[in-house]
Amino acid sequence: MSSRDAILQAVRQNRPDPVPRPPTPLFASPDEGLTTAFVEAQKRAGGTVVSTTADAIATLLDARFPDARVIASTAGDIVAGSMDLHAVADPHELADLDLLVCRGVVGVAENGAIWIPKAHLGHRAALFIAQHLAIVLDANALVWNLHDAYARIDVAEDSFGVFVAGPSKTADIEQSLVIGAHGPRSLTVFLLTE
Amino acid sequence: MSTPLPEIPLPVIDHAAAAARFVADEARTNWHDASLWQVRQKRDRAAQAVPEWEALRDLASKIKAHTLSRLDEYLAQFEEQATANGIQVHWAKDAAEHNQIVHAILARHGVQRLVKSKSMLTEECGLNPYLEAQGIEVVDTDLGERIVQLAGEGPSHIVMPAIHVKKEEIGALFHEKIGTPAGEADPGRLTEAARQHLRAHFLSADAALTGVNFAIAETGGFVVCTNEGNADLGVHLTPVHIASMGIEKIIPAAEHLGVFLRLLARSATGQDLTVYTSHFHRPRQGQELHVVLVDNGRSAHLGRADFRDALKCIRCGACINTCPIYRRSGGHSYGSTVPGPIGSILTPGIDLKKYQHLPFASTLCGSCGDVCPVKIDIPGQLYRWRQLVTEEGHAGRSKRRVMAVAGQIFRNPRLFRWAGKLGRRLLRWLPQRAVYHQRNVWGRARDLPEPPRQSFLEWYAAHRSDNANKKGHDQ
Ligand code: SF4
Repeated sequence: MSSRDAILQAVRQNRPDPVPRPPTPLFASPDEGLTTAFVEAQKRAGGTVVSTTADAIATLLDARFPDARVIASTAGDIVAGSMDLHAVADPHELADLDLLVCRGVVGVAENGAIWIPKAHLGHRAALFIAQHLAIVLDANALVWNLHDAYARIDVAEDSFGVFVAGPSKTADIEQSLVIGAHGPRSLTVFLLTE
Repeated sequence: MSTPLPEIPLPVIDHAAAAARFVADEARTNWHDASLWQVRQKRDRAAQAVPEWEALRDLASKIKAHTLSRLDEYLAQFEEQATANGIQVHWAKDAAEHNQIVHAILARHGVQRLVKSKSMLTEECGLNPYLEAQGIEVVDTDLGERIVQLAGEGPSHIVMPAIHVKKEEIGALFHEKIGTPAGEADPGRLTEAARQHLRAHFLSADAALTGVNFAIAETGGFVVCTNEGNADLGVHLTPVHIASMGIEKIIPAAEHLGVFLRLLARSATGQDLTVYTSHFHRPRQGQELHVVLVDNGRSAHLGRADFRDALKCIRCGACINTCPIYRRSGGHSYGSTVPGPIGSILTPGIDLKKYQHLPFASTLCGSCGDVCPVKIDIPGQLYRWRQLVTEEGHAGRSKRRVMAVAGQIFRNPRLFRWAGKLGRRLLRWLPQRAVYHQRNVWGRARDLPEPPRQSFLEWYAAHRSDNANKKGHDQ
């Protein structure tokens, strides 16, 4: 018998009596205060939220990252970027990426997470290999909790998708929080409020 | 029929002896204890900030119970969907088969350098030494895991692998292994050095291996959670991604992710969510994506009605952080891949004799069960394992004798009263040296309470309502 069949057979033999599948509620969401909660959650996670308009972002980025040379953007209508992600064949070429600018789909107020599917990344690696990350998010795209968020997205629609909640970090040395583990050293969220 | 091979006795893990070595350094024990308690407090604050916390725990527990009751169907569904997504699904009945499968994939691609993110399953399977013996370089990329790997140790905690190591020791290790300046012990600068060192490994790796936090039957995809971004950095650069998972990691549908993810990071470290919650559904263009489904004793555990709930575990580590024994004995004292309360109820199922002491490494205070996000009755299972260990005759000789004598005394009320009286007298009269003599193991680190003058029975006789009426109520 194949290992597959042996495992499935053993599981079938040993599984307990049927237990019904419980319904998953969305849980109550407050009607207002989404933006405040989101900003607070991002702050807890080490991110920075800037409420702004689309045409102000390029200038804000210049001021925040004056030394960034290699900039990739998948939000071309907002920030031009210095390179074309689509021209990159091998993600290793992104090793010197200073900044990635991309759009988020849904933002979660209770934990600051932002959903980004592969389609918004060009290369999956770009989100993790960039030294800094900036995400543009529509304030209308905020929901209260993860249940709301999963109700709005289709996790299987794209080959890959990720909730990002803050810059990369670690506390593996004596529980001291250090921002900038392997991924981006900072996360700036531009929340479009108009 | 061939003659059975003689049994090779495995060393029995002696938790108490290992713990005694750990607590011999009192300052270090207190430091370890305080580090973990701090994490426990963060967990409390995060949990209290979610009004529906208890409802979520309840729901998570029920979803897992449902899933386990139809696990074979969900596994088959996952396989079908994942295959349709272009993921190659493998089945491993034990650790050896898992390691062979992984090695075969790597060999086919001529892989020499593998980067690996945190996976307790591969620790359980002993994957690193297996691959290294075949000439493949394995680099653990989670900072804590890299620290213990460079130190030649195993992780002492499932979420914080290097929680037992001090920053000065990490500084000395990094100085020796990756060339940081001598005496450097600043966590920020050490982390930066590790970032540079590991980036080089990410860029030169030929394959990446990750664990799996949740696999979704309905969509045939899986989710990996990290804070550092190390899992993603590995898999998005390499042409081969292997994800190893225990068969209990399946959940029915994506809607359940909301429930488990709201609980996981808050229970683990007190964060609202891990920084990266990555959902994999199809391989990258030009990449191979493999999932290895591993049994290794899990299907057998599912058949143990008293213990199967342990398979609900989402490996948050909350029970470990809160455990007064773990905090004061360290993860390595358990001698098992998963330490702490959850390890003590999982590991005896693998080898009752070898791990017979682990169910006793507990005060049964119940804190682990109180914090568990999927509501596993850990203390109840610890108690049940103790009964089994004793029934199987593994309890030590002195413990057996004491229990036999105690059994006699408790069975005979007159004997019980007499023994109580004798005990109360002796404890008052005997010199300290006689009470805390060498063979009083219990008294080695504990003080006996002041013996009361009366037994409850004597007190009751003196205060019976007819007596009390005469004297008037004296409350
Ligand atoms: S048993 Fe519960 S508390 Fe312990 S690691 Fe598993 S899920 Fe977390």
